[in-house]
Amino acid sequence: MGHDPSTLAAIKDLLYRMADDSLILGHRHSEWTGLGPILEEDIAFCSIAQDKLGHAYALYRLLHGLGEPEPDRAAFFRDAPEFRCCHLVEYPNDGYDFSLMRHFLFDIAEQWRYHLLEQSRYEPLAQLARKVRGEIKYHVFHATQWVVQLGARGNQESHERMQRALEVAFPLALGIFEPVPYDEILEQAGIFPGERVLQERWLETITPILERATLRLPDLRSVVPSYGGRRGIHTDYLQPLLDEMGEVIRSEPDAVW
Amino acid sequence: MYGNLSIVEPLRGVEQEDPEKLAEFEERIARGEKIEPHDWMPREYRRQVLRMVEQHAHSEIIGALPEGTWITRAPGFHRKLALMAKVQDEVGHAQLLYSAAETLGKPREQMINDLLSGKAKYSNVFNYPALTWADTAIIAWLIDAGAIINQTLNSKGSYGPYVRALERICKEEAFHLKYGYDNVVTLASGTKRQRQMLQEALNRWWKPIMHFFGPPDHMSIHSEKLLRWKVKMASNDEMRQMFLDAYVPKIWELGLSIPDPNLRKDPQTGRWEYSDPDWDEFWRVINGNGPCNRERLAVRRMADEMGAWVRRALLKPETRYLEPLF
Repeated sequence: MGHDPSTLAAIKDLLYRMADDSLILGHRHSEWTGLGPILEEDIAFCSIAQDKLGHAYALYRLLHGLGEPEPDRAAFFRDAPEFRCCHLVEYPNDGYDFSLMRHFLFDIAEQWRYHLLEQSRYEPLAQLARKVRGEIKYHVFHATQWVVQLGARGNQESHERMQRALEVAFPLALGIFEPVPYDEILEQAGIFPGERVLQERWLETITPILERATLRLPDLRSVVPSYGGRRGIHTDYLQPLLDEMGEVIRSEPDAVW
Repeated sequence: MYGNLSIVEPLRGVEQEDPEKLAEFEERIARGEKIEPHDWMPREYRRQVLRMVEQHAHSEIIGALPEGTWITRAPGFHRKLALMAKVQDEVGHAQLLYSAAETLGKPREQMINDLLSGKAKYSNVFNYPALTWADTAIIAWLIDAGAIINQTLNSKGSYGPYVRALERICKEEAFHLKYGYDNVVTLASGTKRQRQMLQEALNRWWKPIMHFFGPPDHMSIHSEKLLRWKVKMASNDEMRQMFLDAYVPKIWELGLSIPDPNLRKDPQTGRWEYSDPDWDEFWRVINGNGPCNRERLAVRRMADEMGAWVRRALLKPETRYLEPLF
């Protein structure tokens, strides 16, 4: 596909960031299966988790087409320093409030990311973006409805819990948009307009929804974004997750499972 | 995944029913009609069907736990996605079944409370641990196979909402069976370690599988009435024979051995003979003393407590549960 080496490296980096985010968040969401606050939410979180894993798989396949390992190798055999996911997706579930808020903050960003990628000059990613649009729409719909419900239409307890969850998740969510050295190349090549643009769109979208949910957005100036994930510096939660995820497949790496 | 009436409770007070209504009710069932929530039914029919559907629903959510713990460890994208979809189906079955049970007048919350307090039962088979990945393969193949035998029979039963739920459930279970079989075949044709892992899992699960259809007929309370009412569709031993007939040859075909030296089909009677699978253990487990009873309920209680604030926030004080009947 004739990309020069620096553009190719930039594309791979973007794909790894997106694929790793989807994989790890899908894994975390799947932990709710059988344990949700109501049966309907077990089922919903598991559906979303399956979509996320499907997105991760599609992205690793694109990477494989660019000379990277095949999807199972990429997902199940790398260790934390090789991962490019943001810290937000690594955190353990620690209650439905945090999981829900993470799902909300992540999926609004994801919706914008794929929306911007629909115009990408890297055609395989543009195609994928058009394909997943319909799924992400439901993820956002689900998250928004619940955040507003528990923030504004529940009770004092649910409001307070959602506010606390927002305060915990917000600096982590800013880590989604951690600047990367490839931003400029991606923008100039017409592949992706960059993390700064994405963060602006995200903030414009979450602000009125959080207002509807009567939740107070933390002051951006006083929040320290949780950066590092995009450079392979992770929270202590990631490696144990990867160990668990790879436990069976790594026990006989060359076997067919 | 599973629901049966393997342990029949004695019928009570049927003689107090209006004989005319009872006769009409039994004629309807004999004609193959379905009983719907607003139809007249004997109190004992309501109690027995509710108990069965409720137990089935509980079995589905408890059944999600042993396999669910392997979602995070499933080897590779395809297995991980398939297992997630399967366990999600089981939770979906619970949702369908609780709804069917609610039509008989008991709210879901009350059923869940009875599960958590240990008052309500669920399938014994889920009180055993899934120790390795191969255990999940055996569960998905053979336990789901047993469930299909049971549920296909029950889907010809008489209570409309349960029957309709089962028709949908059976379609999904048929898929689980394919998933489980594919998994088992992969391990059976894999490396030495994979084959060994599979054999060990089968050894562990054989006894629970034999227990799955409930105590033998000679130890059970017989109820002609429940058969006539199409609440119970076949005896425990009949179902066990059907299972052995269909699956023992398939297990042998894969080069696996079954840990019962006395297992054989009598060529004269056409019936399977097998060693006593330790019915004392069955009773111990069903009465709460199996290897995982406490753990399973503890996990459900933890999930219940963790999610309690969400349910409180959804409650609308001005609404209340309406009894759908009477």
